[in-house]
Amino acid sequence: MNTVLAAEAGSTTARNLTITLFLVFVAITLAITVWASRQTKTATDFYAGGRSFSGFQNGMAIGGDYMSAASFLGIAGIIALYGYDGFLYSIGFLVAWLVALLLVAELLRNSGRYTMADVLAFRMRQRPVRTAAAVSTITVSIFYLLAQMVGAGALVALLLGIKPGTTFLGMDADTAKVATIILVGALMVIYVTVGGMKGTTYVQIVKAFLLMGGALAMTLLVLAKYKFNLSSLLGDAASASGKGAAFLEPGLRYGVETPGDALKTFYSKMDLLSLGIALVLGTAGLPHILIRFYTVPTARAARKSVLWAIGIIGTFYLLTLALGFGAAAIVGGQAITEQDKAGNTAAPQLAEALGVDFLGGDLGGATLLAIIAAVAFATILAVVAGLTLASSSSLAHDFYANVMKNGQASERQEVNVARISALVIGAVSIVLSIYAQNLNVAFLVALAFAVAASGNLPAILYSLFWKRFNTSGAVWAIYGGLLAAVVLVFFSPVVSGAPTAMFPDHDWQWFPLSNPGIISIPFGFLCGWLGTILSKESDEEKYAELEVRSLTGAGAH
Amino acid sequence: MSTDTPASAPAESAAERYLAVQRSDEFAGLRRALRGFVFPMTVAFFLWYALYVILSAYARGFMGTKLIGNINVALVFGLLQFVSTFVIAWLYSRFANRRIDPVADRIRDEIGEVTHEHGPRG
Repeated sequence: MNTVLAAEAGSTTARNLTITLFLVFVAITLAITVWASRQTKTATDFYAGGRSFSGFQNGMAIGGDYMSAASFLGIAGIIALYGYDGFLYSIGFLVAWLVALLLVAELLRNSGRYTMADVLAFRMRQRPVRTAAAVSTITVSIFYLLAQMVGAGALVALLLGIKPGTTFLGMDADTAKVATIILVGALMVIYVTVGGMKGTTYVQIVKAFLLMGGALAMTLLVLAKYKFNLSSLLGDAASASGKGAAFLEPGLRYGVETPGDALKTFYSKMDLLSLGIALVLGTAGLPHILIRFYTVPTARAARKSVLWAIGIIGTFYLLTLALGFGAAAIVGGQAITEQDKAGNTAAPQLAEALGVDFLGGDLGGATLLAIIAAVAFATILAVVAGLTLASSSSLAHDFYANVMKNGQASERQEVNVARISALVIGAVSIVLSIYAQNLNVAFLVALAFAVAASGNLPAILYSLFWKRFNTSGAVWAIYGGLLAAVVLVFFSPVVSGAPTAMFPDHDWQWFPLSNPGIISIPFGFLCGWLGTILSKESDEEKYAELEVRSLTGAGAH
Repeated sequence: MSTDTPASAPAESAAERYLAVQRSDEFAGLRRALRGFVFPMTVAFFLWYALYVILSAYARGFMGTKLIGNINVALVFGLLQFVSTFVIAWLYSRFANRRIDPVADRIRDEIGEVTHEHGPRG
């Protein structure tokens, strides 16, 4: 079976079709962005889309914001290469939404306005808390952005089939990577500066429909091929992997057991637990997810959006299970690793194989490959736009308006600064991504989750539920959790001292785990508690206001 | 929005009003109801998820037990995490619609008269 990506006969067709479909997506989203810009007049329009979205619309947009290329291509790839362990990832990503639903979404919607810091700083001294929140928001968003943009660059060379020694439009693979990073960066800046939250939300909604449609269609084809017999699909995947029943059990990738090395086995299992905790607790602390709750008019609509998001995201992760095992069974691990060692091309390769089978011949393969490749680009664009918006909002609303100008900036000034911030953040991430393009930065998504869980989540939960919590506690929690996560990862095997590290030729590693959560999350909570009790500050009246407003929606913006 | 203050209520600052509401029995009941649901539920789903991750790390033999064909305990356990997430989301939504929203609406309406400077905007 012809499963090599962009096989000779279909390669030009697939490439042209991918580019055409991608350009259609870009044209449609740019048109939406321009339309949205005409509806964007006030700061509320720019930051929160005028709070005019319905629960369903926002639920779709949350899905579009959350289901990154790391989930679509990454999880399908991990399942295709390591079997069951990819499923562990998707379960963590899904269960995490219960934290957002039960503890955060509605209370945040009721008491905040534009950013995460609105809630954190509600009853605190504005400047220190907003500064800390802006630092954390920008750090988390930049980590996430880098992973997505570097991934986009690598993906384009693979999906357009630019191999070493060949060129595309006169560009070799390296030039094409840089060009893609710049293109993705430029588009995300345009979506955000021109369309604001309204434009970005519609881009995410369109992307969510495309992604769900693409994943659903491929899943149906995979299942049809196996006559809807899940057991025989799993059996084929296991035997094609060459690992037998172990492929369907946990342990090939996370919590790996090394016979005769009890310490290594212990660390590996701790790493699995650490990753699991960060995934579940990180989501409700991700700034680009939190600001989505401000785009709906009421707490009830925020609840509905999370319910829709849980439905959509849950369904999507069930589909990736079929895609991953389908790729293992139909494409085979060897053909996948030949394309990409990390397995990121498993889903597009599966699309090509399914197209050959069901649509007929290489042309069919090329068509389905092109569609899925274009969906993958759309996925990346929607996610990076959300991240850019979150970080520029925080820079403008928290740092510029409330720290530098003491809350005295006009709406117009604030929005202008937000637009300029988006441009600056776009430029910075383009430069960093180009610099990092040949480094292994896949760990940055897990790091973003770890920082969100260690710094932001303790601050948010203490703010909403603990009367005694104060400025010092908030600042300690955010910086403490942030630093613990970043420092531990810096000294971990993902940065140095291992062949797969970001800097494989250096070795300053002493922390044994790749995921810092199991240490840094309790540390963040501890810092928040300690910072609080070491300071006498306590404002009973402001807590009364926050508690009443967050629970009842009185005075909500 | 109404700007007149009822004659019987002396002019109160918004801060005093919020403090009074926070100390009222009605609000205490709302807080108790909400926390009584979300805290135990959070502990429950977190332990249930932790059990799944711990079994994945330490009970490989059990997780690998085949149930039907190639479908093993690990897969079923994983799918049950999806089911429990959907069920908890549904339970919470039903609970909030019945027990939280009506009380929250009532309290908000009572406050609305004084805090018009914060009234819904944009």
